[in-house]
Order: sequence, then C-alpha cells, then structure tokens
Amino acid sequence: MTSFFVNGKRVEVDVDPSTPLLWVLRDSLGMTGTKFGCGMALCGACTVHLEGKAIRSCVAPVSRVDGKHVTTIEGLSENLTHPLQKAWIEMDVPQCGYCQSGQIMSAAVLLAATLKPTDTEIDEAMGGNICRCGTYPRIRKAIHRAAELAGERRPK
Amino acid sequence: MSAPFISGTTAIFEKAKTGGRSNAAERSDPVERKNAVIVGRRAFLQTGAALGGGLLVSMYVPLAAKAGNALAAAEKNEFAVNAFVHIGSDDIVTVIAAHSEMGQGIYTSLPMLLNEELEANWAKVRVEAAPVDAVYNHPVYGMQMTGGSTTSPSEWVRYRKMGALARTMLVQAAAQRWNVAASECTVEKGVVFHDASHRRASYGSLAEAASKLTAPADVPLKGAKDFTLIGKPTLRLDTPSKVNGTAEFGLDVHLPGMLTAVVARPPVFGGKVVKVDASETLKISGVKAVEQVPSGVAVIAEGFWPAKLGRDKLNVEWDLGANANLSSEQMFREFAETAMKPGLVARKVGDAAAALGSAAKTLTAEYDVPYLAHCMMEPLNCVVDLRADSCEIWTGTQFQTGDCAAAAKTAGLPFNKVQIHTTLLGGGFGRRANPASDFVVEAVEVAKVAKAPVKVVWTREDDLKGGWYRPMWHDRFVAGIDAGGNPVAWTHTIVGQSIFEGTGFASFGIKDGIDAASVEGAADILYGIPNLQVDLHTPKIGVPVQWWRSVGHSHTGFSVEAFLDEVAFAGGKDPYELRRTLLAGQPRMLATLELAAQKANWGSKLPAGVGRGIATHFSFDSYVAQVVEASVGKDGAVRVHRVVCALDCGLVINPDTVVAQMEGGIIFGLTAALKSEITLKDGRVEQSNFYDYPMLRIYESPVIEVHIVRSAASPTGVGEPGVPPVAPALANAIFAATGKRVRRLPIRASDLVGDAGAKS
Repeated sequence: MTSFFVNGKRVEVDVDPSTPLLWVLRDSLGMTGTKFGCGMALCGACTVHLEGKAIRSCVAPVSRVDGKHVTTIEGLSENLTHPLQKAWIEMDVPQCGYCQSGQIMSAAVLLAATLKPTDTEIDEAMGGNICRCGTYPRIRKAIHRAAELAGERRPK
Repeated sequence: MSAPFISGTTAIFEKAKTGGRSNAAERSDPVERKNAVIVGRRAFLQTGAALGGGLLVSMYVPLAAKAGNALAAAEKNEFAVNAFVHIGSDDIVTVIAAHSEMGQGIYTSLPMLLNEELEANWAKVRVEAAPVDAVYNHPVYGMQMTGGSTTSPSEWVRYRKMGALARTMLVQAAAQRWNVAASECTVEKGVVFHDASHRRASYGSLAEAASKLTAPADVPLKGAKDFTLIGKPTLRLDTPSKVNGTAEFGLDVHLPGMLTAVVARPPVFGGKVVKVDASETLKISGVKAVEQVPSGVAVIAEGFWPAKLGRDKLNVEWDLGANANLSSEQMFREFAETAMKPGLVARKVGDAAAALGSAAKTLTAEYDVPYLAHCMMEPLNCVVDLRADSCEIWTGTQFQTGDCAAAAKTAGLPFNKVQIHTTLLGGGFGRRANPASDFVVEAVEVAKVAKAPVKVVWTREDDLKGGWYRPMWHDRFVAGIDAGGNPVAWTHTIVGQSIFEGTGFASFGIKDGIDAASVEGAADILYGIPNLQVDLHTPKIGVPVQWWRSVGHSHTGFSVEAFLDEVAFAGGKDPYELRRTLLAGQPRMLATLELAAQKANWGSKLPAGVGRGIATHFSFDSYVAQVVEASVGKDGAVRVHRVVCALDCGLVINPDTVVAQMEGGIIFGLTAALKSEITLKDGRVEQSNFYDYPMLRIYESPVIEVHIVRSAASPTGVGEPGVPPVAPALANAIFAATGKRVRRLPIRASDLVGDAGAKS
C-alpha cells in the first residue's frame, strides 16, 4: 500500500510500487488530466509537481512519492484562476490541447521560482515539453503574460 | 485528403447510406462527462434525409414527445430545433459539430457560423460532437469525416443556414404565442422582441414550441457586410477545458469494468504470428488474458501498466513475410534509377523535350524526402463496448462513417448497431482518418476476445513503428532556361507510393493510373512556364502509407520551390522577382507573395551569416507565401530566426484560428525539414520514440509573423496550407546563407559543413 497526497488530499493505492505515478493517477485514481505521450520522460506531457518540483510522472515509480505531496493540473486552481490558466485562455494557446497540462505544470514551476522570466529562462524551463501542434510562440507569450498577471496579484 | 478530390462518392459511403441509423436515441451514455463547455453527447436522432445540392436539412421530433424514453425524460428541458442545434429551457444553446476537433479550432468556428444567423447570446453557446448519422455527412465528401482542410469551406453555408432556420422558427413560435406577425419581431442575443407590444421572450422559453413547428423550406442568409461574429477574433470555446485537465480525449475514457490492452504487432509490415509463449506474461499481477488477434497478440489487463509489462515479457515467434528485406537506402537508390525513365504523364503543356533541346542552359536536380509518422501527442487508442447486439466505440477519429462501417463488419453487426462517440483528438494530422480504420478494427477484434469493455492503447513506439506514413518520395527535375534567364521548359518526374490505391477512395483519387495525391502541387503549379511535363512512377511497396498534413503537397511544395530557387540562381534572377514574373497571371498568389516579401523586407540587409529564402505554395484552394531567415553554424547546425507568412484563404471566419494554424503548420513543417524521418532496415522501422524521431522544441521555434490577405471570396483551407512552403523557404535561406543546396530532408548538419553538400 502506497500513501501520498494528491492536490492536498490523502490517497492510498494498492499497486506494485514500481508502477509509474502516471498510471496510478490515470488508471487507479481516475485523474486523467495528466497525459501519456512517450513513457520515457522525453515529451513532458505527464509533468506534475512533487513537493513543488516538476517531475515526469511516466518514469517516477509511485514508491518515490510515498508520503509526499503531488500536484496535478486538476489541482492548479479550483476555478481557472491561476495566472497561467488565465493567460492560456487570453492568448488562446491550446490547439489539440493534449500536451497543455504538462506545458502548464512546467511553466508553473518556472513562475514559482522566477517572477519575470526571460525568453532564455522560458526556453530552459520549457525545453522538455513537446507540442506537436506548434503552440510554442503562444506558450512563450502566455508565460510572459502570466508573469504580469501574477505580479498584479502580489501585494506591492 | 486533399483538394482535388472534393467531389464524388465512394463504396464506403454507399454502405453507410443504405445502413442508415435508427435508434441511437435509445442508448444511454455511460461516460460521465466532466466538461462544462464541451458537453457530453446526447442523442436526438431519427434517420436523417438528404435533400438536393448537398445541403441537409432535417428536422427532428423532440424526444420528449416519445413516451417511456428514459433519456428523453432526463433531458426534457432541451429541444432539438434541428439536428445541428439544441436549445435548453435555460437558454443554453448546444451546437452539434459534424466534424472532429483535433486542434484546428472548428469547435469554435462551426458555432460561430451557426450563431451568426441564430443570434443567440454567444456566452450561452456550447458545442458537442455529433453522433454517427448520415445527416452529419460532410456536405462535399458525402461521409462523416474531417480532413482535407475542408471543414470551414464545406460548412460555410450549411451551419449558417441551420442557424437561420432555427432563428426563423423561434421567431415564429414567439409570433404565434403573441398572436402578432413574425415580421414585426426582432431578435438580439437570444431574445425575441415585439417592440410594439413591449413583449420579449428568451430562446429557451420558445424552444419547445419552436421544435414542434415545420421548418421553412429556405431562409435568406446575411450578407458579409452584416456579419457581427464571423471575421472577429473569437476565443476558442474549448480552451478552459484544456487548461484544467477536464478536456476528454479518447485515452481518458473509462467505462465500468473496462480492461486495457496493448497489442504486440509484427516487427515487419505484413508479418504473422507463428507461436506465442505467454507463460511469463501471465505471471504478472493484473494481466487477465493473452489472445491472438489478426493484427498480433493482445495482452489484456487491469490497466495500462500491467498490460505493457506483460507485453514486454511475451515471447512471440513471427513469420516476417515478404517485407523482411525492405531498406530505405535501397529504395531511395531504386527510386532514383526509376526517375531516369519516363513515367505516366500527369500534366503536359507545350513541348518540354523540344524546349529543353533549344534552351540556352539546362539544369537538373533531384530531391529526396523520407517516410514520416504523424506522431500525434495523444497516441492512438480506442475504447470498445461490444455486446451481442450492439457495439459502442469511444475514440478520437476523423472518419466516423468508415470506422463505423469497418467496426460493423468486424463485429458482424449491422451498421446501425454500431455507435461512435467522438472524443477530442489529441492531434490528428490525417492519421485518425485511416482508410482501413486500423485502430478501430483492431480494438473491436480485441473486444471480441476480451469479453469486457476494453481500451486498446498504443505506445509511442507502437505509433512510430505502426506504419501509415507519409510516403517517401524522389523528385527529379530538368529545366531549360533561355538567354534572358527565364525558365522555358520544366520537367518533373515523381517516384513514390500511391496513397489512394487499395482504399475505398481509389476510384476517385486515381485516374488513369495517376494518384492525384502524388502529383498535387506539381501538376497544378501556378507558375507560367510555357513547356511543362510532370510524370509519375508508382512503385508498390509493403509499407502502409497515408495522408499526412498537406498530403502530396508536403513533398511537391519542397521540391518545386527548392528547384525554382535553383532555376532563378542559374538564370541570374532574384528568386522573389522571378516568382513575381511567373505569377503574372495569378493575381491572388501574386498579391500573397508580394505581401510576404513586403512584410519580410525582402532585399534588405541581414546580419552576417543570415540568409533569406522565399517560397509560395497553392494547396487546399489557399495561397500561401513564406519568407524564412536562417543561419548555419560551423558545425552545420541550422538556426531558423524568423518566418514571415502571408495567406489568402478567402473570407476569414476566426482570424485568431487562422493565425494559429499558420503558426502550427510552420512548426510542423520545420520539424519535417529539420528533424524527423522514418527509415527501414531489414524490414524494420529504425525509429522508436522522441529520442530518434525528434520534434522541434520551444528553444528552436522561430519568431513567426502571419499576415492575412483581406478577401471576400468563399473560405478555403487553413489547417494544411501553412505546411508546404516552409521547408523550401528554409532550404533557399540556407543557400542564401551558405551557398549550399538542400536536396534531401530532413536537413542534415553533415550536408552543410565544410565542402559537403550540393552546390548550385
């Protein structure tokens, strides 16, 4: 039995401890916002936060998160109010949308650490996330916009 | 699917029509939808009927009128004014999308078309995937499908007409209620007004009464000058669900008691199972069964992970069959030899041979492009619930009619006992309009042996090794140039597999042995060259091929435009000016080219080491020109700095979507130009995941500027036309920067370092 926290809620799963977190989220817990793209940590579609850091859940055995806090796209905000979600909507970023959970979760870690990321910092933080539809120009714009929105929200 | 084929019917269509649909309404939807904007499918259908001219106007008896129908009772507050729009008593307007959303934005543009005429409150408009029914057939292709960049062009009239019919009936219902003339009523944002008597009624309060009226035979549509929604940048309706994890793709569907399967497929195309040793697989906890299916060996388990682990442990002996010696290297050599011989003539203007003989100068060049996988971010998957007398399918498909017919045949059921629930598609690019319905048929086969609802999941490796590629192609050109530097003769020999052969579309895709998809963008070039000949060789190879975003244009765009650049250089002409001269008789392309050149500052000085290249391409009835700025490092690494794109796609429905499709098409095309190829050795596909089939990343993505030509012409394709010009514009920019010609894709650093590579 592995026990951990997903979006603040404690969960217990009875699976082989080597099972990747991705499949525990999707198949055991029914949380399908986190996506399968490659199974080898190459595309970033499965990105979630483990104790605030971005990890690729497709290669993270569930044993690694035992007792720890995991945040998924479903936990980013309750009502689309995270600055990244607002910026993604404002800039009409997604096309097919399949990779966007992972894109946003990678961007969220960047923004948490860097108030006003430069293009180079965006390249470094987002380089592990593939978008086949080619939304990169809008992802870049939306991250800059989200940084602005987050700045407006912070007490001066 | 591509532009030349938007007419005619197919064998599959005939089957679908005679099959008809009946009792879809009596099925419940076991998947609990969690998406506020894209609401779950509800069935409101009775058999649709086609009227003349491809426009389908079917009115439906609302289900509430049918006694004893549980679904109807649950939904008694919603009324189908026609098959394309439902209006709830809460004023929520649900537009039924006859086409699939795979990123191209039609879940927003179709509601925009309909609501331009309906004039409901846009904030109350939702969208939902249509069930499979003939009423939702593509107005031009005659089947329910999404492809060929045709959704907006083909629905431009129908969706507006459906909105206008619904509005007319809502107004009629209000007029009857108030006992006034309909002509005295006006509408605004989902409310009918009768100003003289100061009365008003919302659409929701009128929907039930309206749904009982007979639809008018026809209604006039607004002129473009009166549009209030069409042409305005409009935020996509599907974005909120795509930024909080609630958007439902096929892979996200879960049914009670559902099992998950992965399939071990032969390592060589056409291979067969000889013997299976599943003893190690069956020891894995969660594995329920290992079963042979026509496509290979299915490992059926409680979830993806045990299924995948189980497949890793399988020991299968394969009969590799006839394709075990296939090699890309050898095929390219054979293609090049074949190109030296004359092929079937696809286009002949003047006398190219004679003009070559008398030309001041001739120029020859050959180009190669590889097999390419579509590589959608969401790997293929399909959920099937097969019962004794019904088959329900959940999948992201571009080809509902074909998949339904193929599933029915596989399941041994009539067409009308199969229903497909179309989910969002995590990318399509053509792969999910499979002419053999491969991923659906296989899932039905697995369901037959699983004896439970089952989801078949493809891994990335399965996707890349699974075939149905963009064909590899070899193009050989000879041009004759006169003393003034102008091309007077142009011959183009194409070698590559037929996409349409062996499919249900063959009868209208192939004429006199010429597959139109092989020569599109080559046989119909817009340049005014007086002597032109395009001929085709179609080798038969055991690798399944398919339409891939922009289809044949994905190779002819590259080869034609790269060679034209060589011709310009050989004749001492500026490549932009030569194109202008040759496009004198093509005002729309000429204007598009000039816009791109002007916005890119063609001719202005660039930083040292940076080259500028230009290309145009006409595809899916749209005109595109692109200018690329790129440089090449000492190590041969290519950097694309900027892409300026101009486009004439007729009247624009949602400008933001058009820009997004150009951006996406350019990045898709750059990935093909710079990154990926599928190669075979000893019959085996050599690539397996993103490490050896790489995609362009954000740090490699250039600045992209898109400029749309203002046009009042009918809308034309947008999803695909952005792809073809970018590879040649890049190749031409590399030549401008380095003096080296790019004649094969993907572009290799090794072709660009030192003295390597082809020079003009």
